[in-house]
Order: sequence, then structure tokens, then C-alpha cells
Amino acid sequence: MEWYKDYPHIGYDLDGKKIFKPIRNKDELDEFLDKMENPDYWRTVQDKMTGADIRLSDEQVDLVHRLQEGKFGDVNFNEYEPAIDFFSNEVMIHPVTNRPQDKRSFIPSLIEKEKVGKLVHAIKMGWIKPRRPKETTPQYYDLWAKEDPNSILGRHKMHVPAPKLKLPGHEESYNPPPEYLMSEEERLAWEQQDPEDRKLSFLPQKFACLRAVPAYSRFIHERFERCLDLYLCPRQRKMRVNVNPEDLIPKLPKPKDLQPFPTTQSLVYRGHSSLVRSISTSPSGQWLVSGSDDCTVRFWEVSTARCLKTVEVGGAVKGVAWNPNPSICLVAISYDDTVVLLNPGLGDRLVSTATDQLISSYEEPEEVKEQPVQWTVAEGEGHEQGHRLILKHPKAVRQVTWHGKGDYLACVMPDNGSSLQVVIHQVSKRRTQNPFRKNKGLVQCVSFHPIRPYFFVATQRYVRVYNLIKQELTKKLMANCKWISSMATHPGGDNVICGSYDCRLAWFDLDLSTKPYKVLRHHKKALRSVAYHRHYPLFASGSDDGSVIVCHGMVYNDLLQNPLIVPVKVLKGHTITHDLGVLDVTFHPTQPWVFSSGADGTVRLFT
Amino acid sequence: MGGLQKKKYESGSATNYISRNKARKKLSLSLADFRRLCILKGIYPHEPKHKKKVNKGSTAPRTFYLLKDIRFLLHEPIVGKFREYKIFVRKLRKAYGKAEWSGVQRMKENKPAYKLDHIIKERYPTFIDAVRDVDDALSMCFLFSTFARTGKCHVQTIQLCRRLGVEWMNYIITSRSLRKVFLSIKGIYYQAEVLGQTITWIIPYQFAHDHPTDVDYRVMATFTELYTTLLGFVNFRLYQTLNLVYPPKVKHTKCASIKYMDLHISYQKLAALSASLARTVPSVEDEEAELDHFPAEGEDLEKMETREKMELEQNKQKKLFEGLKFFLNREVPRESLAFVIRCFGGEVSWDKSLCIGSTYDETDETITHHIVDRPTIDKQYINRYYIQPQWVYDCVNGKILLPVEEYFLGVTLPPHLSPFVEESEGDYVPPEKLKLLALQKGEKPQAEEDEEEEEEEEDDEDDEEEDDQSEDEDEAEDEASLAEMEEKRAQGKSLSVKVTPGKVKPENRMRTEQEEKAEEKRLAIMMMKKREKYLYDKIMFGKKRHVREANKLAAKRKAHDDANKPDKKKKKKKC
Repeated sequence: MEWYKDYPHIGYDLDGKKIFKPIRNKDELDEFLDKMENPDYWRTVQDKMTGADIRLSDEQVDLVHRLQEGKFGDVNFNEYEPAIDFFSNEVMIHPVTNRPQDKRSFIPSLIEKEKVGKLVHAIKMGWIKPRRPKETTPQYYDLWAKEDPNSILGRHKMHVPAPKLKLPGHEESYNPPPEYLMSEEERLAWEQQDPEDRKLSFLPQKFACLRAVPAYSRFIHERFERCLDLYLCPRQRKMRVNVNPEDLIPKLPKPKDLQPFPTTQSLVYRGHSSLVRSISTSPSGQWLVSGSDDCTVRFWEVSTARCLKTVEVGGAVKGVAWNPNPSICLVAISYDDTVVLLNPGLGDRLVSTATDQLISSYEEPEEVKEQPVQWTVAEGEGHEQGHRLILKHPKAVRQVTWHGKGDYLACVMPDNGSSLQVVIHQVSKRRTQNPFRKNKGLVQCVSFHPIRPYFFVATQRYVRVYNLIKQELTKKLMANCKWISSMATHPGGDNVICGSYDCRLAWFDLDLSTKPYKVLRHHKKALRSVAYHRHYPLFASGSDDGSVIVCHGMVYNDLLQNPLIVPVKVLKGHTITHDLGVLDVTFHPTQPWVFSSGADGTVRLFT
Repeated sequence: MGGLQKKKYESGSATNYISRNKARKKLSLSLADFRRLCILKGIYPHEPKHKKKVNKGSTAPRTFYLLKDIRFLLHEPIVGKFREYKIFVRKLRKAYGKAEWSGVQRMKENKPAYKLDHIIKERYPTFIDAVRDVDDALSMCFLFSTFARTGKCHVQTIQLCRRLGVEWMNYIITSRSLRKVFLSIKGIYYQAEVLGQTITWIIPYQFAHDHPTDVDYRVMATFTELYTTLLGFVNFRLYQTLNLVYPPKVKHTKCASIKYMDLHISYQKLAALSASLARTVPSVEDEEAELDHFPAEGEDLEKMETREKMELEQNKQKKLFEGLKFFLNREVPRESLAFVIRCFGGEVSWDKSLCIGSTYDETDETITHHIVDRPTIDKQYINRYYIQPQWVYDCVNGKILLPVEEYFLGVTLPPHLSPFVEESEGDYVPPEKLKLLALQKGEKPQAEEDEEEEEEEEDDEDDEEEDDQSEDEDEAEDEASLAEMEEKRAQGKSLSVKVTPGKVKPENRMRTEQEEKAEEKRLAIMMMKKREKYLYDKIMFGKKRHVREANKLAAKRKAHDDANKPDKKKKKKKC
């Protein structure tokens, strides 16, 4: 019927003509009125086949009622009729059916026989096991009734028992003390962290009563992680070093017992306006000379910090060195490519004049050798200022140093790969030698052996010791550092210290080995200068961190005893300017005093 | 110097280790079976010292086992059982495929099973070894016993775990070996001392579990399999040592009741933890064996004395709740409280409708403590204390009966401290702990007076601060006068020149000495060797961090107290 929903007819009759639907023009209102007025409305049903309304008769209504109540439609049907068994327990004389019995009901079944046979065979062969009594609960007994020591295998001794879980602290309590709860920031930080990085695996919480405590959501996780740890983690016995940190500190003699050494800053020599690169003391210890980047050289009286003399030179002063010979009053000053020998005219007038005479008494030799350095005698204004000799070098001179006797002067002109890096001048004969035909590496500094005719040349990483008489290399010291900055020789001559730009100070014992006897890392920044005291067993190092560290360095005459090195004092005073601190240190020749010059334009005396 | 050249990786550490995959192949087991075997036999990987050597030059991350361990596994009878099981599964699958239901039935009935008794015996050759390792077993069993029957594991396993847990708790009650309890946010920690071994386990709070998806329950089940076996044997042996019947039975006063007692009910009664257990030898109450006294000298004597003291203290703790009668309201965790109270000799009961095994009614006049976890209660009896459950746990941890005032209904509870923390020197000790220690020493708790004193002290401090302030003010005045003088000088006026006598700076000898020492140390540290310096720096760093943490906690506490002080004062005034 649904097919005809949209058509006016509901099918076709035998003649092939349309059967039209009964006209239904009832709208909702008609329907409603019908419902209200027609007493038979409730028993009117639309026949879907014809589309016509049908009023149900009384019988039909009754049938519907019965079906609705779950009764049989037929009124007369009795559902509780007495039942008569077809097969009863009473044996009848006649069979129910007259069919003769089959043969197969008399003979045993072949299929069954085969099946049983198979089973019997399987049981015989042990393929099928008869049912065992089921053990639902495990049986426990005294497993360790007989504990024989033989059962402890070797592997039990090797066995590493799993460490027990860490016991919970106060913060895990359901009601912890308030200080264990996390503040808002801590909580946020905790949440930001990766679960592996967290110090606590949970957030401490506080509950007012036990009733309010919820289930812990990660409980199963934690047990599972423990299981994983137990069977997946490699175990190892770790020897925990239980060291008392105090025991690690070496036992050294007390600095008090090693006095004298400089302890306090007593004088500041102010006057320079730029960094003071180099300082030097007169052999008598009365005067101090300092050379600075402001193109001046100043002479100071040590005891009063008075600047006695200022000499202006033509460039930033790189190095100053006072002649160690007390009978000569000469100071070597290097700036740019020039070395000036200057007579300051301080102290004893006799010495001063004697020096002048010594220089003027020079006679030109007959044969004039060609020299790498041009010697000229200062005249005019320069002479009045004290300049005596001017040595023009081919390259910038970085360091000047005197031989102990005061006649020879070594100059360093660092230049990589050049054969002319170190020159030795003889002042009395105005002669210059280039001792090395070839220089390996960049020469940093040089120094004379105080007693023997040895010459130390420090390149970036090595210190080479040359014998000047035999003209050969005697030793090559490995400094174990990246870039040597300075070097000093012990007055005994058997020990050398090297400061380096990688904060190290290496002490070499020449008798012992070519490797450092001791490497000290006292300074925080690059070392600029090192110095030995002439008499006292002291040495000092100045560094870019603005400190001077004075160490006690005792050298014994006994060859079997190694030198004793004890740091005794950290002296601070210089301010750091342009990342530079102390640039030069030098000891007073007689007193246990140390001078230091810094990038802040001052020279300081520590006594 | 002839001979063949040695080949690489044919001797030494390369041959001592075997990678997991190779081990698996050697045992011809699947990975799951291999894992199970390792769990059961307690084999764990080893980290070779030179991984590259063992790994034959490769740096790929691999797990290594000792070859010896794997050889040891080769002789394990359980490996055969695993293979049998594999075949069983294959057969079963085939039968299913062919729809041979009778065959399936038969096979299922003959499912191969294995026992772990010999493994337990082998892993723990002595009983003490087993007891020492029972921690994890207990935690796991208690966890499994709280699982619902949701198919995460076999129901039998859950039931077995529950049974074993109940047995264990009953043993602890009877032997009175519980020492410490801790209510944490994760669950309740218990610590007992069994045969001289300290055993700690945790029981989660009674809630349904939210089963995580990233947990491999097969691994857990394997562990549980091992642990239940271990725990069963340990329980058996422990019950034997106390002459108790195993499996445990509730002690009956009337013989007649046994007959009618259903097995199930008897088990439930046991689980209620309110009844004592039956003994094999109905002997007298076990008396504490007196310690024999041996003549000892010097240090031994001291040790003996401390030991005796400890013993006495322990005995006292064991009888902590003796003579007290508790009644549990229905909202408190019944099992835990009943367990703890009974462990220390108290009597405990609860409402009949709550659980089986209640021994007396709420109306009983002899009840001394009624444990309630709600803010108020309607009907209160006069002759008993109404307290919150934390009191019981705190008493156990403090080893004394604490004053009940702080634990009354509706009162803000004092913090619950962990009994496992033992503060060494330099650690932060919360003030509650100090208070507890004072109580233990027998000092009278005079909390309020103390507080007043504290306040007074603080007042003093305030005064001092004021003094400081006044000094500061003086200085400020001085500076002001100086400035004035300078101004005057600038103006060129004549000044009333005055010379004040200079003060002698008192040389603090102690301080200079200290400074000297500090410098000495600093200089000595400079002379340390590189390696030692590294170690020293590390140790000092650790120490400093420790101190910093302690200070942080102390500061936090102080800030908290300061914030709360006004509230307290107000309250007092109101009172």
C-alpha cells in the first residue's frame, strides 16, 4: 500500500481500471469533532487495504480484548484439559507400533567400538592422561625443614640482593608539617619538570582528616616500576667512598712558621696614567723603576713612594730592567723597536759618573763588523735626560733582561719563524750577537742562568736551555701548558718557574726531569708574571685576577730532598681594568717585600 | 715467540657475557618465556665494565647477561614446562579450529602446571634469606588482593593473595612484631621486625583501582606467582615457629561452634582480625624468655646494657594498648586500625552490621576509646574518649600514649610525621618531632606555657631589634652632625674644635684566630691534587646543598608560623 501513498488510487481491478481511494477530506478539526461526537469512534479502524473506515463489531472487539489479555481467541477453548500420557509407566500388552526392531539394536555399534578402541589405545600409549585430582589451592609445607649448608651455591655469594625501596619521608605523609608542602612556584616548577628529573615523584598534599584521603593514582605504576627494576636493572656493588673531606686537604707547614713573607700592602706608587707594564728594582733596593703605556718611565724612591724622576720616551714602554751590577747605574728600557740604556743619575754620584765614563771610554774597533742592531750614542736633549746608548732593533722589542754580571743584555723580539728573535748585546764592547741561527716557535721570554753560562729561552710550550759556551741545546723542558707568559730562574739556578696564560704555574727542577715537578693552579685567570726572591725562599706570581700569590719555595742543598712548595699569602690590592690585573711582580733584592704593577696604573709594595 | 696470533673477542670479557637475544636463542624460548624465567629465577642483566669489548666493537645498546647465569638456566626443569605449555596452547588452538569441544575440554583439564617450590628453595637456601626478601612480596600481594575481579588477573590469584595477606597479618598480630606505621598519601606503610629482619610493606587505601593501560600485567602476574609461593612457605614456617595451626584457625571457646562453623565464615572471621588464633600446642601464654645474662666486660657490658634497655623499651611498646578497649566507627579504615590496635594488645570492636567478627557493642560501658573520623557525633558516652584515627598511629610511632587532647573530634590535627626518618646531625628536624622526643623522655607537655614563654622570648628579641634600631639612629645622628660640621667648614665659619677620645678597637682574638685558620685552609686547598680537589669540591657541594635544603625548610616553617601567629593570638583572646 505504501506504493500508492502518493496516488489517488489504491490498485487496479480485473479490467485494469484504477480503484480509487475513498475520498478522505477530513482535516484535524473534523477528526477531533468526530472523536468528540461519534460514540463509535473508538471502535472505528481504518482498513489499510481499502482505505475505508470500518466499525468493529462487538465480537471483534471482544476478540481484541481477549488477545490483549493473553487469552486464547477462541472462547470455547479449554487450556486446562486433563493430559493423557501417550507413553505411560503402565506396560501395555500391545506395542505402540508394530514395527519389528532393527538388527543394529542387537549388535554393538562399530563406530563406538572404534572410538573406544582409540581411547583405550591412547590411554595405553599415554596420550590421554586420566584426570588428576584437581589442586585448587597450593600446598605449603616446611620448605626449609632441612637446611643443608651445601645448598648454598657459589652463586649465592655472588648474588647482589636488590636494594630495598627508599622509606618515605615526612613529605609523603597525608598530613605533613606545613614546611614540606610546596609553594605555588615550587609546584609550577615541579609540573614543568620531566617526570625523570623530579626530585619527588609526587606532590605533597595535606588532608584535614584520614577520611578525605583519596586513592593514589600511580600506585600500580610504582609497583610495576619496582618489578621492572627487579628484573631489568643491572646490579653492581658500588664501593661508596666514605672520605672525610678534611683528610683530603694536604698537611702543610703553617704559613706562620715560614715567615718572613709579605703580608700587607704598605705603599702605593701613584703617578702613571696608563697600565704599568714593567717594573724593576735597583740592586741596592733603594730605587724602583717602572715603565708604563703612557710613554713614560718613572723612578721611585722605594721607602717613601716619591717619584724622583720621570723620563719621557717615544713609545709605550714594554720592559724595564735595572742593571744588576751594583757598580754600574744603568737601566735598560725597551719601547717599540728601541732599547735605551739610561743612566738615571740616582744614588751615589761616583757610581753614576763611573758609568758615564765606562760608556764614553769605548773605542771603535778597527774592523767594523756588520751588526743586526744599530748602536748610537745619545746626544743633546736625550743625553741630558740620561739616555746614554740607543739600540735600534729591526723589530719591536718585548723584553729586556740583564746577565748577572751586568755586561750582557738579552732582548726578545717575538716573531714567528724568524731567525732573529733573541739578540744578546755586550754593552762594554757595543757588540750584538744573534745566538741562534734558527728559532723554533714564538719566543716569549728569555733569562740568563745566574751562575753558569746557560741561557733559557721560553717559547709557547717549551723552555729550551742552551749552553752558551758549547753552543748547544742541553735541555728542553715541557711545560704542559698552552702558552707560557713568563719565566723566572731560581738564584741557585737549578729551578725554574713558568707562568702561563692558562692559569698554571709550573715549577721545574732541572735535576729531576724535563717535566714540571709541580703544577700549581692557584690563580683564577692568566698569569702575567712570576718572580723569585734573591735570598729568601719565596716566589710570587701575579695574575689577571688582580691578586699576587706569594709561595714559600724552599730548595734544599741536599739533592735527595725535593723542593717544598707552600702557598703562604694571597695579596690583593690591584683593581681590574680592561680585564687586566697584575702585570708585573718583582721582589725587593734584600727585604722580603714584593712589588707589583697593575693595569690600574699603580705600583704597590707589599711588606 | 711463535704461536698463533690471538683472535679478537675469543677470550676475556667478550666470552663472559651474552646478549639477551643470544641467550634467548640458546634456551630456545620466546621472549615472553625468557622474561618469565628470568623473573622466576631472579636473573638480572649485568653491565660489563668495557661495553665495547663485550659488544665486539659495536656501540649499539644491548642488554647483557652473564654467560654463567644463562648456563645455570639451561638446567632448569621449568624450561621444559614452558615448552610443554607452548605445545599445549598449540594443540588447544588446533582443537578449537576443528571444533572438537570434547577434546578442548579434555585438554583444558590436563593443562600443564608447574610448581615453584624448588625455585624458592634454590633462591633462598635459608629461611632468613626468604624473610629478608619478603618486602616486595607483601606489597605485591596486598596490592593484588585489592583488585576487583575484572579479568586483570585470575580470580584464584586474587583470592590466594588475600588469604596470604590475612595469614601474614594474623602472624604479625600474634607475634606482636609490628614496629612502625605511617599514613602516607600513597597508602599505609607498616614496618615489622620478624626474626630480626626489618620488613616494610605498603597497603593501598581501600578504593577501586583505575587500571593504567601502560602497565604490563603479565609481568606483575609472574612476580605475583613467585611471591605467593614464597609468602605461603614463609607463612607456614612462621606459624610453625609460634606453634600455631596452619592454615590458621580462629580459636574457639566453645567446641560446639566448630561444627556449625562454615569454612567460609571461619575464613571471614580470620580476615576480620579480631580473634586470636588456634595453637597446635594449647600451651600456656608464651612468656617472654628472659635474656640470659653473661658476664661481660668493658665495651661488651655497655653494649649489653643498651641492648637490655632496647629490649625493655620494645616490650613496653608491645603492650602499648593493653587494657584499652577501642570501638571503631564505620567511616574509619577498619582493617588497618584493627590490625594496628591488636598488634599492640588492645581490644577492638565495631558495629555488627559493618563486618563480621565484632566482639562487643557500641553501648559497652568499658570502652575507653571511640575512634571517629567525622567532625561531630550525635550520641556521646561520657566515659570514653572520642578521638580521630591518627592518634592510634602516632601513639605507635611515638611508642607512648600521647595526650588525646590534640586528637579530639573537629580539632585540627597535628602533623603526622614519618617514623622512618632518622635525622642525623645537620638535618632539619621539624618542631613536632622535637616535641615528641621531649615527650618520650618523660618531660611534661606544657605546650601552652611553652608557647607563652616563646612569645616572651620573641618580645625580648623585638626589644633587641629595637635596640639595634636605636643604635642605627644614633649613627644616623652622628652622620648628620658630621654633615653639619662640613657645611659650616665650607662656609668658612670658625668651628668649635673638639677632640673626642678615640675608642680602642677590641681585637677579637678568637676571630682573628679563626680567620687565620680559614686562610690556612684556603691555602692548603690550593695545594691539593687535581683529583682530590675534584672529590673535595664534590663532597663540599653535597654538604652545602644539604645545609641549604635544611635552611630552606626551616625558613619556610618560620614563615608559616609567623603567618599563623596572629590567628592563634586572636583565638586565645576569644577564649
